[in-house]
Amino acid sequence: MTANDTTMDAGFRREVAGWLNEHLTGRFEPLRFRGGPGDGDAFPDLRKEWERELAVGRWSCIGWPEEYGGRGLPVPLQIAFHEEYARAGGPGRLGHIGEGLIGPTLMAFGTERQKQRYLPPIVAGREFWAQGYSEPGAGSDLAGLKTRARRDPSTGQWRVTGQKVWTSLAHVSDWIFVLARSEEGSVGREGLSFLLMPLHQPGIEIRPIRQINGGEEFNEVFFEGAVAEAEDIVGKPGDGWAVAMALLGFERGISTLGQQMTFAHELDLVVEIARENGSLRQPAIRRRIAQSWAGLRAMRYNAARMLSGFGKADLAREALGYKYYWSHWHRDLGKLAADVLGVEADVVTGDPRRERLQQLFLFSRADTIYGGTSEIQLNIIAERGLGMPKEPRGKA
Amino acid sequence: MNLDLTSEQEMIREAAVGFLTERAGPAALRRAAEAGSGYDRALWDAIGRELGWCALAVPEEYGGMAMGAFDMALLAERMGQALLASPFFATVCLAAPLLVHAGTAGAKETYLPAIAAGELEATVGLSALGGVWWPDAGAVAAGVTARPDGAGFRLDGRLPHVPDGATAGLILVPARIEGGGIGVFAVTPAASGLTVRPLKTIDVSRPLADIRLDGVAVGAEALVSDPALVAAGLARALDEAALALAAEQVGVAQGALDGTLAYIAERVQFGRAIASFQAIKHRCAELMVRIEVARSAVMGAARLAASGEDPQAAALEISAARALATDAAFLAAQEAIQLHGGVGFTWEYDPHLYFKRAQASGAWLGGADDHLDRIAAVVCPA
Repeated sequence: MTANDTTMDAGFRREVAGWLNEHLTGRFEPLRFRGGPGDGDAFPDLRKEWERELAVGRWSCIGWPEEYGGRGLPVPLQIAFHEEYARAGGPGRLGHIGEGLIGPTLMAFGTERQKQRYLPPIVAGREFWAQGYSEPGAGSDLAGLKTRARRDPSTGQWRVTGQKVWTSLAHVSDWIFVLARSEEGSVGREGLSFLLMPLHQPGIEIRPIRQINGGEEFNEVFFEGAVAEAEDIVGKPGDGWAVAMALLGFERGISTLGQQMTFAHELDLVVEIARENGSLRQPAIRRRIAQSWAGLRAMRYNAARMLSGFGKADLAREALGYKYYWSHWHRDLGKLAADVLGVEADVVTGDPRRERLQQLFLFSRADTIYGGTSEIQLNIIAERGLGMPKEPRGKA
Repeated sequence: MNLDLTSEQEMIREAAVGFLTERAGPAALRRAAEAGSGYDRALWDAIGRELGWCALAVPEEYGGMAMGAFDMALLAERMGQALLASPFFATVCLAAPLLVHAGTAGAKETYLPAIAAGELEATVGLSALGGVWWPDAGAVAAGVTARPDGAGFRLDGRLPHVPDGATAGLILVPARIEGGGIGVFAVTPAASGLTVRPLKTIDVSRPLADIRLDGVAVGAEALVSDPALVAAGLARALDEAALALAAEQVGVAQGALDGTLAYIAERVQFGRAIASFQAIKHRCAELMVRIEVARSAVMGAARLAASGEDPQAAALEISAARALATDAAFLAAQEAIQLHGGVGFTWEYDPHLYFKRAQASGAWLGGADDHLDRIAAVVCPA
């Protein structure tokens, strides 16, 4: 009911859909529509195998240049891929942090050795990455981070001590990139370094965090003299902030544009349940569904405008507000789903469709927090989009 | 879908911004409101006869430029932003599409070249300006009856809110024809039995008139609609008008926000510009998001409508755009008053001009809830 396709490349879409139809079956069948946000800890082993299946079909890292093992596909085709993937119910990508974040960062800032060592296993779906940014005392204000890295003069190794938090999928990952304070006494954005570290080592302890939906997708990661090899620093010591921010810029929302297909599925499911349980007869529910539909269409066209703007230097206004809009739209959809379920929203039934809506209701609460809270988004929109005065900063 | 502007479209937009910034805007609106007609005659002449904007939506064979809904939306947005008081909307966005989509060849030849040249002010007398045209387009004709009388017709009924009805030289009246069907009739203000009463409106940018038809006798040639096209044509014309109105509302919202940003950057309290307070920054940022999303919806709907490929799908997208733009316009205007503080409540400052236009336009051609109901009827039939 919701999305008609942008007319990018129907043949490519058929190829993607055909491959998924053929491969997302058999032992991979249970993965359909699983492992998305809030469900990230579902079937980790099988999803790793699925990543390898994608790699064999050359569907991993499709936007990467060919010299690094990708297909070098242009943005519109990448989006088409993400949409077809979501449409087919492709599971949440365990390889996302490697493919979307650290891979492009290494291509831009990494040494030749780092590229040769780390990029091929990402393409092949053999090594998985976690992101070590946030800390208990450094959330929205990331520059307040305290985790320290000290160089061992005898070996050149870095020794890392401190704590990271909200580390998605650390418990099923192999490597973590860590932003740490490498200069004694430095504050703010100065004196930080960007390090690559194996997660399975004696100085690292991973403790899962149980979320409001009962799942355990995030972790606390404790570092106690954990080791990063001398050659595993990205950029120079002290350049960590620039590398860390560049990493956040690489993704540019390409995969989140594909998520609109997932949103459309969720809205369809809300309508389906509302029809079954009779709440669709309520005018207020119908209007909220229509409002949701209108917002989804608007997001789609907003994405089309953003695409037109890709390649331009500054993020345009429509791109600045995108995260804020989709996260609130999705949170509203979660509330609508719960209201449509009524009393049943509270009851654990084991019915997978109802469970999906319950998960939507609970996990969409995270949407307006992770990846920059709504409050931080509004600051950025006001300052960069409207040229309003910057927030005053307290003394560090 | 490609939402890039062509260089020609960029030119239209730039020209519109330049011209409207100079000639329209809140101060010009205040002057126009004090003039008898409610609009600036010279400004209208410049738009129609010098800039040629009235020709945009008219097919080339009738002296137009056939630019379509997307270009119209770009222009309408700028007009809303400038709070333009002009017969443009009634003539070009309402009457012209009705002739284009529902008119007979003869009617098009008679009226469209004059509209394109900026020489004819026209409007449409809908039975209810706030009414809807779905699921049955005949609803907008319910207020007027056309009784066959000799070779012609006699028209009876009332059109309580006709945009620019007191100044238009041509009033297109959708009516129910006794004995079956609906038709659109061309009526001139001088017709005997026609009473036109200008209404005093709170939104001074949008003059309305109350029109009564008491046995208005018209000839057969006054029936300007093609019976085969009239139902679908009426619906499509009103959808296009609703789209232009949505685009205007995005402009109204943008104008209200821009004026607010300028004010709060200057206004100092507690030793700092009030724009530096987070409570204010966040509200402006929220407005920017709502405006951009509504603008995206308008652009997408306009692209689809301009393609002419799927009028039914386009109709739903137009409703989505209308619902989002209506809310964005009102919210932006409401915040303009609030963020201006005390002066936002005065006649002297401009926020009330946006506020009144946002509310008035929001009620035209179906309110936000009507458009949501239309979407619901299709995407979640009970």
